[in-house]
Amino acid sequence: MTDTLVLSLITGIGVGLSAGYLGSLMVLKKMSLVGDALSHVALPGLAAGILFNFNPFIGAFALLFASAIIIWRLERVTRLSIETIVGALFTLSLAVGILMIPQPDLLEALFGDITTVSLVDTTIALAVSALAIFLTKTAYKNIILGMISEELATSTGVNVAKTELLFLSLVSLTVAIGLKIVGALLVGFLVIVPAATAKNVSSNLFRYSVLSSLFGAISSSSGVLLSDYLKLPPGPLIVLAGIAVFLVAVLVKWASKTPAF
Amino acid sequence: MGSSVTESRNDYILNVSNLSVKVQDQTILENISFKLRKGTTLAIVGPNGAGKTMLFRALLNLVPYTGEIEWADKVKIGYVPQKLYVSDIPISVKEFLMFKCDSATETEKCITSVELDTKTLLNKGLNVLSGGQLQRVLIAWALIGNPNVLLFDEPTSAVDLDSEETIYEMLNRLERENRITILIITHDIHVVRDYSEYMLALDKRMVFFGESEQISNPSLLQTIYGSGTVLKTRKERG
Repeated sequence: MTDTLVLSLITGIGVGLSAGYLGSLMVLKKMSLVGDALSHVALPGLAAGILFNFNPFIGAFALLFASAIIIWRLERVTRLSIETIVGALFTLSLAVGILMIPQPDLLEALFGDITTVSLVDTTIALAVSALAIFLTKTAYKNIILGMISEELATSTGVNVAKTELLFLSLVSLTVAIGLKIVGALLVGFLVIVPAATAKNVSSNLFRYSVLSSLFGAISSSSGVLLSDYLKLPPGPLIVLAGIAVFLVAVLVKWASKTPAF
Repeated sequence: MGSSVTESRNDYILNVSNLSVKVQDQTILENISFKLRKGTTLAIVGPNGAGKTMLFRALLNLVPYTGEIEWADKVKIGYVPQKLYVSDIPISVKEFLMFKCDSATETEKCITSVELDTKTLLNKGLNVLSGGQLQRVLIAWALIGNPNVLLFDEPTSAVDLDSEETIYEMLNRLERENRITILIITHDIHVVRDYSEYMLALDKRMVFFGESEQISNPSLLQTIYGSGTVLKTRKERG
């Protein structure tokens, strides 16, 4: 096993765990496509990093974080849904990003390439993933309570507005690190499919959130290993591995409900 | 004289005076004033849009208001909202209750106090409970931390008549045994008659505040609910 493959695997497992964990909340909040759309918002940030020679992850995160604050504020002021506001922002960012990103780097920005991660990239991805998991765990209860009833949450001392801002910031963080792995076009996968798979086979929150994280890690690591073996791009293979896990979960559930003849 | 005034003030758990709430320049509640004795049940009635839920939101300090809301010292409020969005969330009863209470023993104690079986219920999903079971779990939630005031926003809107009576009888028991003050929003005039001592009728303004037994007065009934409203016996309702 080469050093690059080891780094790719470690990065994939770390990011898969954190994206799966946060994705479990995004799916429950019916924000599955928000992660997907937000990834496009990151493109001008990535482009700035490439053009001005600094880590594109920092550019992507800065833009995503600024967008999270804009979305949070607009949602409170206009009472429009988050999906609507993100929808309005993402096409503009996509257009600007594609115009800014130099042609040779466009493919990697759109589809990612985990096989090119350096030790620094892996260290950043692991540190950010660990931070995202820690903050998500801290806020998990408050976010779920806010989903069940905003009044119930507020009456038990939860600041729903601040919790929402923290949640959007975490989404930005997770999308930013996911960009390196599967790219802007496929990052939605990391937060949607592992959680959807886990939801299919879970009857309580603990099992749901743990399985969602595990399925994220399994998808990412399987995709990286397949990519090394088949010599094909890792991004699409990570997605295909995750979809295979999803289909197995659906079949298992279906089989368990089908009466034996 | 001074001591009797102090003693009389101590009998009250809530004093609301000239309470008004506006949302986006629209008046939702206007000039509401009432006082509530400790250990009693107040039924809050009125048509849709009368401001009943907004009154609770103001009492919980969740919305800006003008006027005064004065709770007695050391008041602890348990609250059960009208709507919960649990149908799509895989959360067990135990996980839900542990959000508010760190101790498994207290969780079990609260479940037992609402006459539910801890063995069969704690690991069930909230989204598979019947309307009556969910309502009792919510009462258990409200009871965590030993509150002395409970606020219920239409506690039986999604349950059948039998479960409804059991829930109200349970609330009456809690009121008696623990001297808990209960405020209930309801559309059901029979709840006012059978389970509350005081009634507050709202229609953005205060239409009536007084003893619940006055609900039997046909002219008051007509003022609150419109013509043609009659009180039936429990047998007629069943």
